[in-house]
Amino acid sequence: MEPRIATRMGDGSLVEMTRSEIKADLEEGTQQSAKRAKVDPLTQDELDHLLDIYASSARFTAVDIGDEVVMSNDGTGTKHIGNRVQDLQTYEQVLGIDIVELWQIDYSYKAIKTNVAHEGQAMKIAQMLCTNPVQYGAMPDLGRYSKPDGPIDNWSELLPLMKVDEARAAQIEACAMLVEDINFVADHMVEAGADGIDMDTTGAAGDADFLAGLTACRMLREKYPFLGIEIGMASEFVLGMHGQLEFDGERLAGMWPKDQLRMVQAAGGSIYGPAVNINTGKSTAWNIARAITIIKPAMEIAEIPVHVNVGMGVGGVPTCVYPPADATSRASKAFVEILKIDGY
Amino acid sequence: MQITRGMRLTEAKTYVAGKLGVSVLDLSDPTVMLDVRKELGLGGILESGEITDIDDPMGIEAKFNIAAVLDVPVNCVERFRAKAGRRRPAQI
Repeated sequence: MEPRIATRMGDGSLVEMTRSEIKADLEEGTQQSAKRAKVDPLTQDELDHLLDIYASSARFTAVDIGDEVVMSNDGTGTKHIGNRVQDLQTYEQVLGIDIVELWQIDYSYKAIKTNVAHEGQAMKIAQMLCTNPVQYGAMPDLGRYSKPDGPIDNWSELLPLMKVDEARAAQIEACAMLVEDINFVADHMVEAGADGIDMDTTGAAGDADFLAGLTACRMLREKYPFLGIEIGMASEFVLGMHGQLEFDGERLAGMWPKDQLRMVQAAGGSIYGPAVNINTGKSTAWNIARAITIIKPAMEIAEIPVHVNVGMGVGGVPTCVYPPADATSRASKAFVEILKIDGY
Repeated sequence: MQITRGMRLTEAKTYVAGKLGVSVLDLSDPTVMLDVRKELGLGGILESGEITDIDDPMGIEAKFNIAAVLDVPVNCVERFRAKAGRRRPAQI
């Protein structure tokens, strides 16, 4: 009888599977995602490598000595270790995070605009005390500009009424406001000493959200040649909430990681963060095969560092409040060894 | 190097190792890097006086040295330099 190995489902629950069952999930994960994203499935060597990682019963796993990558850390800290700067210091000194990120609990550029002076002061203090690069991060969060949270007509309400032109116009209007707010916050943070600006979960509200991130990125790059600009995505696929928006003449709706990366590079981004969401009903083996299959074409054309989102609910890490280290370490090792990522 | 230069990892490790005068593998070895960090004043994990002490730079002090050794612009260092240089140093 084939021995059973403790492994994880996408919701974090611990299950026991045989090596053959894990192998079958890896194969199904890559085939399903290759078909969906219209990319090549993983090679047999890559699947064998993943099987070695995921069929191990080790509590924790890691990359080989010399293969360490840079750890940027969206939303650094727990908010419960002293004050926010002490949180960053703890993550630098105790956890060894390479790039820490100052952020506020209302993680949206629109919200930060109203208290940017306070945030800038915190950034300045953090820069005095931290040795690592400190970036400032928030979500573009385009939806916050629509009613009732913002001044723009809500395109999610207009679309079901078949008011397509009005919905598109609303998104374009909101996009312009968002670009202005990202620039406003970034200008203050650069003045306060920030090493970089992170636009986290870009594209969460669809193609207009992604367009705002790219447009702001290009404007910031022109102003600040030295500035780190990280664009991390919300999901593997840019939703066409508008459907016709373009950047440099290319339609953004429907872009997968390879094309997302091309756009980020064209806009002048320093770091690109692909995100592939978890299917909670499938095993982590199935999910990692899916994530690596979808991101692999991006790695083949990358000219800038790629920091894959390997956290709760994305990048092969289960959707649960405290992702287990057996799952996070396996996902990290898989991305580093198979895709040769630059960080996460 | 990734932030200010957008360098991919392999290129960045090679660049940093060259500037520090160590091998790329040495970057992964804390027993080597402790001495390199102390000698060049690059900061690191702080402790209470047996390994690192008040002579070892930390925070913004270390970042001045990092910018110089790696020959990269560091935004907060430039801001600090501009602000701190506004007045003449006092006589001690």
